Amino acid sequence: MKLARIKAITRKEFIQIRRDPMSLAMAFLLPLILLFIYGYAVTFDVDRITTVVYDMDKSSLSRELINEFTQSGYFTVVSSINRYEDIDPYLDSNKAKVAIVIPHDFSKRVRTRRDTAIEIILDGANSNTANIAQGYIAAIAQRYSQRMSSGPVVPLIDSRSRVWYNTELKSRNFIIPGLIAVIMTVIIALLTSLTIAKEWDRGTMEQLISTPIKPVELVIGKLVPYFVIGFADTVFVILMSTELFGVPLRGSVSLLLILSSIFLFGGLSMGILISIVGRNQAAASQMAMLSSFLPAFLLSGFIFSISNMPGPLQIITYFVPARYFVTILKGIFLKGSSLKYLIWEAVLLTIYGTAVFLLAVKKFKKRID
Amino acid sequence: MVNNEIAVQVSNLRRTFGAFVAVDGISLTVKKGEIFGFLGPNGAGKSTTIRMLCGLLMPTGGSGTVGEFDIIREPEAIKKIIGYMSQKFSLYDDLTVEENINFFGGIYNVPEEQRKKRKEWVLDMARITERRTSLTSVLASGFKQRLALGCAILHEPPIIFLDEPTSGVDPISRRSFWRLIREMADAGTTVFVTTHYMDEADYCDKLALIYRGKIIAEGTPTELRREHMKYDVLELETDKVVEAMETLSKHHIEAAIFGSTLHITVEKAEEDMEKLAALLRESGIELKRCEKIAPSLEDVFVTLIEAS
Repeated sequence: MKLARIKAITRKEFIQIRRDPMSLAMAFLLPLILLFIYGYAVTFDVDRITTVVYDMDKSSLSRELINEFTQSGYFTVVSSINRYEDIDPYLDSNKAKVAIVIPHDFSKRVRTRRDTAIEIILDGANSNTANIAQGYIAAIAQRYSQRMSSGPVVPLIDSRSRVWYNTELKSRNFIIPGLIAVIMTVIIALLTSLTIAKEWDRGTMEQLISTPIKPVELVIGKLVPYFVIGFADTVFVILMSTELFGVPLRGSVSLLLILSSIFLFGGLSMGILISIVGRNQAAASQMAMLSSFLPAFLLSGFIFSISNMPGPLQIITYFVPARYFVTILKGIFLKGSSLKYLIWEAVLLTIYGTAVFLLAVKKFKKRID
Repeated sequence: MVNNEIAVQVSNLRRTFGAFVAVDGISLTVKKGEIFGFLGPNGAGKSTTIRMLCGLLMPTGGSGTVGEFDIIREPEAIKKIIGYMSQKFSLYDDLTVEENINFFGGIYNVPEEQRKKRKEWVLDMARITERRTSLTSVLASGFKQRLALGCAILHEPPIIFLDEPTSGVDPISRRSFWRLIREMADAGTTVFVTTHYMDEADYCDKLALIYRGKIIAEGTPTELRREHMKYDVLELETDKVVEAMETLSKHHIEAAIFGSTLHITVEKAEEDMEKLAALLRESGIELKRCEKIAPSLEDVFVTLIEAS
């Protein structure tokens, strides 16, 4: 292995990147756009759920119950209706997500201390919102009934949850660290996936493979400049997360950067492998998108919890490097985890990166056929 | 040792692409310091052959050596001793002249202390010293081609392979390019060059004509003229070249247009000259000139290709 050759490739790549503003724009604008979309637009917090109320009882007690709902801040009563059939149009037209039906005998039963049911109709089209609303409703109903009873007849177990790590349960705090993993996966795959395919398309590869250059020199030479850009990108995205979105970074910054570098190495090597296997730019960029974005988005535990996935799918997630990076990012950002708790992820990422790098070197053939 | 005199040798080299036979069992020998011209029309198998010699393409059959290395087993060793210039311009368009030279200087691992000297040599040889900071994409084709040659020989390889180096280049640049090649050969470099310009054949020491994957003739330019031109060539000059050709073809006489003249292959120049002139005069075509000429290599190749 000759350093001169690696240096020649690296220097050439840097010059080419500098003269191709599109690739630089992609490297820095794309993460910015993605962070904005996800950071601001996508939120899994549910509040001000639109609600219609059909209060058959029309008593002070039923009004009090409705008050409980509105004052929680999670529900907004858009309308009060007087016929059961009127619920349908509201739910159908999306004017309301929840309907609360209070029966005739509500106040009577409450006063005589008998069990009472209220009917809740949920728009299950958005199951996530419906689930969360259901939880709120149960909690509000329980609180109401406790208030109504003068004293607990049976000792109730009062569970008081304290939330650690993301105290306010802000979904943004939970999304953004994971999002960094998705963004970086996509960016680095796109950055490198074209680099070798482009040389085949332009015919410059034929010249290059007629020289004594070794595959390992070519791959390292191509990795270095993109690693530098990828690293700058990582720092940039982390800064945006903490400064712009106020996501707390509780752990060690240097640990975060070291583990990110390991992830970068694997991701960039994967991009190069794709470029080698894809041979032309169109095929390579499609392969890069498919193999990076989808798994990183769906199978990394970024949004969908891996432990809830069916068994076979869980096994697949072990081969998605973004999975480990998501754990690392969430751990260091929110929990301030030390290496002790992330060693497994670090080791697996290292193995992944090394394997992909070696495969890329092996797959690069200095032949036209 | 006889073997020391040989730079390239292949025997029965074959390459197929599916059912298509691109190179069909060719054998050739190139001596050190020789300009070996590999001639043939487009698609004859020239590039396929040159790629196999440079270790870029695996032969389907046959064997060969470049320098002292086997083309099947040691393609990477071959790449250390050759310079290759592919048919398509293959330097980096988005790099400047100087950056391209620096790049290949690094890739060929030219020793640090020689790199600057070699760079100046290339700039000087290609006559692009004053354009060293221009982007390669804006250079005229003649400059590009000389720069590509310079980059391919930065490391002073003993054997160079040039695949159609002059295609798409203007005639003046072509001539100066061949002068460069001659200088290198005189300095001891072996040059293996392909071309489909038959008029460039005379620049070569040795020629092989490839047609449909097979070598149909081989030898020095003089040998080829002598051995394969058993007929005489007449050159006719007239104002009505096309009409003359049509008239002759009615009488089943093959003629080829060369500029404003016609070349006709005949059995015996002295006897046929009169007959032809009479024939043409009947159709109202006057000849300005009619004489026996030394056949050009192009005449030889046209005859050879028609015969095969």
